Amino acid sequence: MCTYSTEKIEVARSSGKGPAGWFPLRTATVYYDHPVHAPDEHTVNIDFLNPEQGPGARVAVELSLDTARELLAALQTTLERAAHH
Amino acid sequence: MAYDAVLAETVGIRGHGDDLVEAYTARPMAPGPRGGVVVIHHMPGYDRESKEVVRRFAVLGHDAICVNLYSREAPGAAPDDAAATARAQGGVPDERFVGDAKAAARWLRDLPTSNGRVGTIGYCSGGRQAFLSSIEVDVQAAVDCYGAFVVGTPPEGFPLQVQPLADRVAEVRAPILGLFGNDDSYPTPEQVDELEKLLQEHGKTYEFHRYDGAGHAFFSVDRPSYRPEAAVDGWRHVEAFFATHLAG
Repeated sequence: MCTYSTEKIEVARSSGKGPAGWFPLRTATVYYDHPVHAPDEHTVNIDFLNPEQGPGARVAVELSLDTARELLAALQTTLERAAHH
Repeated sequence: MAYDAVLAETVGIRGHGDDLVEAYTARPMAPGPRGGVVVIHHMPGYDRESKEVVRRFAVLGHDAICVNLYSREAPGAAPDDAAATARAQGGVPDERFVGDAKAAARWLRDLPTSNGRVGTIGYCSGGRQAFLSSIEVDVQAAVDCYGAFVVGTPPEGFPLQVQPLADRVAEVRAPILGLFGNDDSYPTPEQVDELEKLLQEHGKTYEFHRYDGAGHAFFSVDRPSYRPEAAVDGWRHVEAFFATHLAG
């Protein structure tokens, strides 16, 4: 995991579900680096975290580049639709 | 028939700032004296494979210790959760790492089996930290396995607390072994060239081995980046390097 490059955002009014159930999210880090589990040398990784609730309060994904692009497009489409609600 | 027994266990040591930090240790069940090895885990954390490396050094005849550098942010957490927490908080500050590494070296030297000589080896972010240890810590050998940003400048807006060490090469006080993959981007082969040039200019004792067909993390046996040929040859050099510099 040595690209080190990391984007970090504050997360408000959002929730995630981890091993202990639902919890409020506080931050998210997004980075392109070595995955723990996915079968590629590098993946787009997102950690949704709540530091107040400890390291286990985490929703993590490791996405292939193709999947990350599709997710980005899907988010864009969804946000455009949301604007018309 | 060799006895070939090691004792491996978790201990608490007093690290930087007198904080109690977790460390994994392994020692041969044979009389000394012998040299000690500080293992510095990779950025993904103090995980099962890092502990395997600690045990391997004991099998090779060294007392060995690996401090959980994320002990403070995430005590008792799963290694991947701890690594994510540490990343979100900007990583491990150099000053804190140095304090923990000094404590680990002291723990090794306080063993009745110690010959007083200690080496460090680090992988990924730990490679850079191993290099840093050759400047800041009393060690007799340091092994940098593909550490990024020993030279080169981190990108702008970079939230992690790493600074290049190029301007401190003159202060290196231990022989350096560097192991790198030619397909790596962190560090790039050009950055490895630059580091080698700096070590030469300052008259430092070093040896570099660079592998085609290997990128970052080629020692990581549980990841797709694993390259057996590079890893087997790399281990051979590590064994010889420590056998030479930690003997006594």
